[in-house]
Amino acid sequence: MMGPSAYLILSGILFAIGAIGVVARKNALIILMSVELMLNGVNVAFVAVGSYMGDPTGGIFAFMVMTVAAAEAAVGLSILIAIYRLKETIDITELSVLKW
Amino acid sequence: MADLVFVLLSILTVVSALIVAGNSSVIYSAVGLLFTFMGVAGLYVLASADFLAATQMLVYVGGILVLILFAVFLSNRISDAKLSNPTHMRVPSAIVCIALFGLMSNAAVTTEWAVKTNVEYAPTTAVLGRLLMTKYLLPFEVVSVLLLAALIGAALLSRPESAKAALKPDMEEGQ
Repeated sequence: MMGPSAYLILSGILFAIGAIGVVARKNALIILMSVELMLNGVNVAFVAVGSYMGDPTGGIFAFMVMTVAAAEAAVGLSILIAIYRLKETIDITELSVLKW
Repeated sequence: MADLVFVLLSILTVVSALIVAGNSSVIYSAVGLLFTFMGVAGLYVLASADFLAATQMLVYVGGILVLILFAVFLSNRISDAKLSNPTHMRVPSAIVCIALFGLMSNAAVTTEWAVKTNVEYAPTTAVLGRLLMTKYLLPFEVVSVLLLAALIGAALLSRPESAKAALKPDMEEGQ
């Protein structure tokens, strides 16, 4: 029977893949999806450690993360749609209005 | 048996996560995200978090993924999805992220976790509900206010410009 380390390593893999997606991709949609990946990785760690310790607090924290992820997806995607309507692109290298 | 299931679910999750972060087509990334969410829900079941697995399917697959798919369809002409989706600085970012993963897995392996040897498979819904109404009532309420704010913000942001202009006189009167 494997301990929580297996779950934690898997959650680390998910988090690292999400981080690669956030850093390396130029499409803002893919960046949002990769943020969801990172949040899922964190959730796996919370749930695994919580259930291996027999403590439901991990599940509660996973709930909070899920709620924040839902709010982030809704607001982020609506910002994305508004930007696309204005600029006709969601390539983050072309969205440099705030850069000086 | 549980080990085999864990390995299979991990492979599903990691491969589809790689598709999300690495594929050049936005649609393929969205479908990869679907399978990642399903794999993570399976992992929750394996870790004896039945209610969280159901919530994962409802919130992520039923809510967030549908939202993302709508955004894909609204913001990308499907035919030039490949052109609009390049990567940059692939090698440095991969090095940084692999170093990050090494750090985290080192911490995960070397820490002495104060854990029980086995996961007890018991229903968790009643325990979670009781905790949310007693010990974690304040975070629960804060999160509900956050959700309300996000709801109003998203509705306002995605409103078309003409509707925004129609809204403006009301807002000025309000001030």
